[in-house]
Amino acid sequence: MKIRTIAGVGVAMLALTFGALYAWTRPTEIALATVALPAPSPGTLAAGARVVALGDCMVCHTAKDGAAYAGGLGLATPFGTIYSTNITPDPDTGIGRWSAAAFRRALREGVSRDGHLLYPAFPYIHYTRMSDDDIDLAYRYLMSRTPVRKPQPANELIFPLNFRPLLAFWNALYLHPGAPGPAAPAADPLARGRYLVDTLGHCASCHSGLNLMGGERKPAFQGGNIDGWDAPALTTLAHGPVPWRQQELVEYLRGGLSLGHGAAKGPMRPVTEHLATVPREDVEAIAAYLMSIQAPSAAADAGQASAPAPASVAAAPDAAGAAGARLFAAACASCHAASAPLTRINGRPGLALSSALHGPRPDNFIQTVLHGVPWDPASPVYMPPFADVLDDEQVAQLAAYIRTGIAARPAWHDVAKTSAKLRKETQE
Amino acid sequence: MSTNLTLNGKAQALRSDPGTPLLYVLRNELRLNGAKFGCGMGQCGACTVIVDGKPVFSCLTPLAALEGRSVRTVEGLGSANAPGTLQAAFIRHQAAQCGYCIAGMLTRAQALLDKHPHPTEQQVRAHMEPNLCRCGTHHRILAAIMDVAHGGRP
Repeated sequence: MKIRTIAGVGVAMLALTFGALYAWTRPTEIALATVALPAPSPGTLAAGARVVALGDCMVCHTAKDGAAYAGGLGLATPFGTIYSTNITPDPDTGIGRWSAAAFRRALREGVSRDGHLLYPAFPYIHYTRMSDDDIDLAYRYLMSRTPVRKPQPANELIFPLNFRPLLAFWNALYLHPGAPGPAAPAADPLARGRYLVDTLGHCASCHSGLNLMGGERKPAFQGGNIDGWDAPALTTLAHGPVPWRQQELVEYLRGGLSLGHGAAKGPMRPVTEHLATVPREDVEAIAAYLMSIQAPSAAADAGQASAPAPASVAAAPDAAGAAGARLFAAACASCHAASAPLTRINGRPGLALSSALHGPRPDNFIQTVLHGVPWDPASPVYMPPFADVLDDEQVAQLAAYIRTGIAARPAWHDVAKTSAKLRKETQE
Repeated sequence: MSTNLTLNGKAQALRSDPGTPLLYVLRNELRLNGAKFGCGMGQCGACTVIVDGKPVFSCLTPLAALEGRSVRTVEGLGSANAPGTLQAAFIRHQAAQCGYCIAGMLTRAQALLDKHPHPTEQQVRAHMEPNLCRCGTHHRILAAIMDVAHGGRP
């Protein structure tokens, strides 16, 4: 009885301490804006559109088939599902009554206008180093969008992470405000590229992977996994069967298709669609910076499985590979066989060079087979989905044939299991 | 070696090479000429059939993937003398011009109606997106499907 009393008092004191600490540290509310903004000039609008495209705001803040910037996209994290917010200027459900100061604080500190802490799925740890000019341009652009009335769905997070004040501890670990980056497109493309990759484009959010605390792993850009897709390491681009070259990277980032590596798929596809709208010099700066952070080849090669370069000599097919070859003949060969007419159009990349076949894990191959590459009138890339044609065992047979027989790489493991998992995740 | 599956409700043992696309098996081995070859790349939908309730492009569906599964083709929806509900609606709305895409249109739409008997027009449009009609009778096709979706006439 006595122990229980002491424990009870302890818990109560702890709660009190946390409560007091929270009340003391909780950011203050920033008053609603009272003055309507004047209409931005066309120059301001265009500059704002460029910042918002480079910041990839729309990718997360637009739900599937939803209105642009109205939020509601569910982001599946290891901690539960977080729904993106409405950043249209709707006064009640969007940011219509946010002042420029409130918007700036959200980007710099991850704090909402009313003082509650935002979840770091919103990449404020990167935006915190945005220039004042860029933040204001983004604000002016977003405030000039069509207001859409759409409340944010309730987040579905595991306890105790649904208690937002805990984020103060996370921020102490991972939010490092620094000097803002160069505001204007700088004369130095490397500095501009670094700003676009590290700060505005927040590439590390996907390409670094997350640790157990949900923080980005260090060193950055060693590769991660997002929405069931592998985001490849960005420090080994200059290695692999066909090393990326800077110009090819520019074409890929702007057009979503690389002749030596294949098409942008999954969450990377919308990124390339937005990069297609910004001035070419920005994408060239991004590519220049990425090429400057490549690991020395010895270190990179150690990271890659020691695999032979793709050769015309196919590995001797085992039973799964033979079954896969049959499936390939019927399902894939009309487009992907070396003799298929489609491979001759515009020098399309052969299947053997597709990055999805050369990664350490089969995830991107499986995703592409199951879901294809959806129609997009603006894109020359399309592939039909096979989720309703092939079961998980057949996907694994196909992988056995294509990975070893066509890409000449050592077999992946647990393909059927991964296929079942990815199929289930997409159905939810 | 044969592949065993259920075709339009009947058990079938098919002798074609398992690496053959289903479309060729239907047309050559079984002489079921409803499903059409359009592009052979899963881009037009003329070859659509229903496998385990889902519409698939039979031109890209390996026979080897169908062991033990259930396939339904346009021939399974009705006949010239006794057209099925959806086929009757297509006739009533004069949805076919050249007719080449119609078997695929019927099977894709049937797969939706089997699962959702009363879809909205938006659902029908989204569902039918993969299938193309070069004559441009999409509006009549849509009207025929919506007719059945609304409970229609027999």
